[in-house]
Amino acid sequence: MSILGTRVVRTEDPLFLTRGAVYTDDLTDERLTGALHVTFVRSQVAHGRILSVDTSAALEAPGVVAVVTATDLTDLAPIPAGFPFVDKAVIRPWLASDVVRFVGELIAVVLTEDRYQGEDAAEMVVVDIDPLPAVVGTQAAARDEVLLFPDVGTNVYAAFGEPAPEDFFAGCEVVVSQRIVNQRVAPVPLETRAAAAVWGEDGRVTIWCSNQGAQAAKMEIASWLGLDPSLVHLITPAVGGGFGAKIGADPEFALIAQVAKIVGRPVRWSESRSENLVGMLHGRAQDQVVTIGGRRDGTVEAYSLVVDQDAGAYPRLGVVLPTLTMLMAGGVYAFAKVHAQARVLGTNTTSIGAYRGAGRPEATAAVERAVDLFAAELGMDPADVRRKNVIPAFDSPHTTSMGATYDTGNYAAALDKALEAAGYADLRAEQARRREAGDVRQLGIGLSVYVEITGAGGEAGAASENATVEVHPDGTATVLTGTSPHGQGHATAWAMIASDQLGIPLEKITVLHGDTDLIPRGGGTMGSRSLQQGGAAVHQAAGELVELAKKRAAEKLEANPEDLVVDQGLAGLAVRGTPGVGITFAELAADEQLLVQTTFSANGPTFPFGAHVVVVEVDVESGKTEVVRLIAVDDAGTILNPLLADGQRHGGFAQGVAQALLEEVLYDSDGNPTTSTLADYPFISATELPSFELVEMATPTPMNPLGAKGIGEAGTIGSTPATQNAVIDAVAHLGVRHIDMPTTPMRVFRAIQQAQQGGN
Amino acid sequence: MQVSITVNGQQRTDEVEPRLLLAHYLRETCGLTATNIGCDSTSCGACTVVVDGLSVKSCTVLAAQADGAQVTTLEGLAGSDGELHPVQAAFRAEHGLQCGFCTSGMVMAAIGVLADNPDPTDREVREGLEGNLCRCTGYHNIVRAVRTAAQAGPAAGQVPQAQEVVQ
Repeated sequence: MSILGTRVVRTEDPLFLTRGAVYTDDLTDERLTGALHVTFVRSQVAHGRILSVDTSAALEAPGVVAVVTATDLTDLAPIPAGFPFVDKAVIRPWLASDVVRFVGELIAVVLTEDRYQGEDAAEMVVVDIDPLPAVVGTQAAARDEVLLFPDVGTNVYAAFGEPAPEDFFAGCEVVVSQRIVNQRVAPVPLETRAAAAVWGEDGRVTIWCSNQGAQAAKMEIASWLGLDPSLVHLITPAVGGGFGAKIGADPEFALIAQVAKIVGRPVRWSESRSENLVGMLHGRAQDQVVTIGGRRDGTVEAYSLVVDQDAGAYPRLGVVLPTLTMLMAGGVYAFAKVHAQARVLGTNTTSIGAYRGAGRPEATAAVERAVDLFAAELGMDPADVRRKNVIPAFDSPHTTSMGATYDTGNYAAALDKALEAAGYADLRAEQARRREAGDVRQLGIGLSVYVEITGAGGEAGAASENATVEVHPDGTATVLTGTSPHGQGHATAWAMIASDQLGIPLEKITVLHGDTDLIPRGGGTMGSRSLQQGGAAVHQAAGELVELAKKRAAEKLEANPEDLVVDQGLAGLAVRGTPGVGITFAELAADEQLLVQTTFSANGPTFPFGAHVVVVEVDVESGKTEVVRLIAVDDAGTILNPLLADGQRHGGFAQGVAQALLEEVLYDSDGNPTTSTLADYPFISATELPSFELVEMATPTPMNPLGAKGIGEAGTIGSTPATQNAVIDAVAHLGVRHIDMPTTPMRVFRAIQQAQQGGN
Repeated sequence: MQVSITVNGQQRTDEVEPRLLLAHYLRETCGLTATNIGCDSTSCGACTVVVDGLSVKSCTVLAAQADGAQVTTLEGLAGSDGELHPVQAAFRAEHGLQCGFCTSGMVMAAIGVLADNPDPTDREVREGLEGNLCRCTGYHNIVRAVRTAAQAGPAAGQVPQAQEVVQ
């Protein structure tokens, strides 16, 4: 029986559970002996003109070896925007010396013999800044009264799409519109950012850093520092979570390498959480306007989504997130007309990047809220409106009006499975009972049906990934992958795939990643791409290795290659119909290196889908919400290891509920962050979540031979709107029609009060 | 200043700065890097260790305060034959970890929860682990792991060196 599809516990766990994995700050590599500690001096002003940076006192402080400022980096070109459609004048200084544009912007680098000395000395660097008015929020940015880059003449970094035609909703019997905030959140991987660097006598730099893809990070750093990529060796140690925020390289990583060169010693850096909450990319941060129109029978005829994306101060991946939001705007629905448009605006805040789902959760949140608003306006059950409008089941490609080609889908079935598992009719009856009785704790039932795009990018921007499989003479095997696991369990999963084809047991298979000398190419782990591309590459490599082995074994066994079959028990090849005649892969490897390196190219991206039902109890006197149930159908095609897939779902659900109920990065009107520690940022805890109810559904994709779609982000995409819709549903009978995320007790309480005073 | 601390059953004496945090003492002076640091506000619990039978956040204790104390970290849990502690074994069986960064603190805190309450309900586990944050698992499998570990009996709430652990 194949190991694929079975629940296999992780081979990487014993290390994590006994000694702990080696994260960047744990490194004891001898090349880092005597490394100096880096402490960054960051702007505490959101927008202002630097008058002076005085390092004299810091230079006298104990343990200080150097303090690097902008004047030490004049041979480095500033960091370009990185997107061809963004004005070339939008550039980022390595260390600010003229204007600062967000709290957390880098100003100086303090190098000390030990960590504590660095914190002391950094406080002694005196930075005098003349404040300018700060641009906070997309509305202020769009007014263009204060400009981040006066030479550019506008805060609009990019614009996508055209306005909807004036008659877009003509003929609709009902039209509903709503302004929706998809708030800024902090990714908060438990491991903050960390890096170390050392230059060799050969002129090469070795950089260790916490990231989601060594190869892309290396290319970015090499480009920024003006180095030939062959001079950069990047190693990814164990990584304590990424969630999109560790995609590519951050300027800090390149600076670590540069200051190591300046001081001629190895250096290392690991940031504090309060530094992380202003220095690491944030996610989401869209202001949306949805408009939905259709017939009184519940048929939606036209849907429009207009997005203002907050990019933060400097362009990062956030600049292109709205294009994914636009692509997925229509979601699972067969709306006759879909319109989407977006602007991207610079503000005096931390830059926006990818965060679990990256552009797609924002699309789903908007359309799922819009469908609920439409249903509420008509007085229809939101499940009925969804059933009426979803794209009918399809198993050959379906191209949407936004230009996405969905691979396979059966949205109505996903919804029905979720509703059945939830006991939807009973829940509605209980809700009616509590409403009738005027209970303090009202029941809310929230739905979402989602589809998302996964595996859109990959190695060199294409939907591809490479893998190497080698069997050694001792019977062990090594798998090299261009993916970059940081919790996903690739060491187990990729070994399962190789084991399934070669018969070599899991414990004899080592999976390596994240070393650019060993694995020069790779697309990393992001966008829920790893299994469908990286796993498929391992599958292909192992298959090609079997074919190579057959050719070699045929000679030895004096048999036709076509008569050779893999003998799982032997971990080798046997002659069909001739018991006892065979040869192991290990024996073949002893004669000649048995290694295959290959690149898998997917037929295209995949579109996992599902339906979530969230049940909440809302205390209408305090506004407090408790999530009591979360029922989820997440169809990610064929499942390789349900243990790992379910783990991805669980984590996704939690981050979705967190955004819907709790988490938000806040700034005051001067651009000061007010949620820059974990005491202030309400990171979701175990007490704020239920155990989850998972419903299985698997519709394979033809895009790869594993039949797998992405599962990393789906949970977040489905659970966020289902939770928000549930909270609003709990108080809908009191006249509330919308509450923005996070639906905090204060917001719920105020929404009830406003509704009862006649407006919402 | 000088401190004498018994770490995972081994007594050691070190010269430390008075302001050195126990978390940094364990990581940098003792080289025990399973104990991680995830915040600077005693919020995340990644640095949780057991000190004289109490599960504590080692980022909020000075090494000087631990002078004379018995400290157990994740590295001190498994038997000399490599046999996993019941909580370690349960975290693996139930997939209670993904990126692993919170895991050390989560395991040490879970031992504290089970010391206090050998047979907790889901809700009691959740309340007991409220001070330990995880971004990967949604806590679902961590709760299951702690419930599974409880089935091993009193050993699940104890650390080696016969320390009695209370929360």
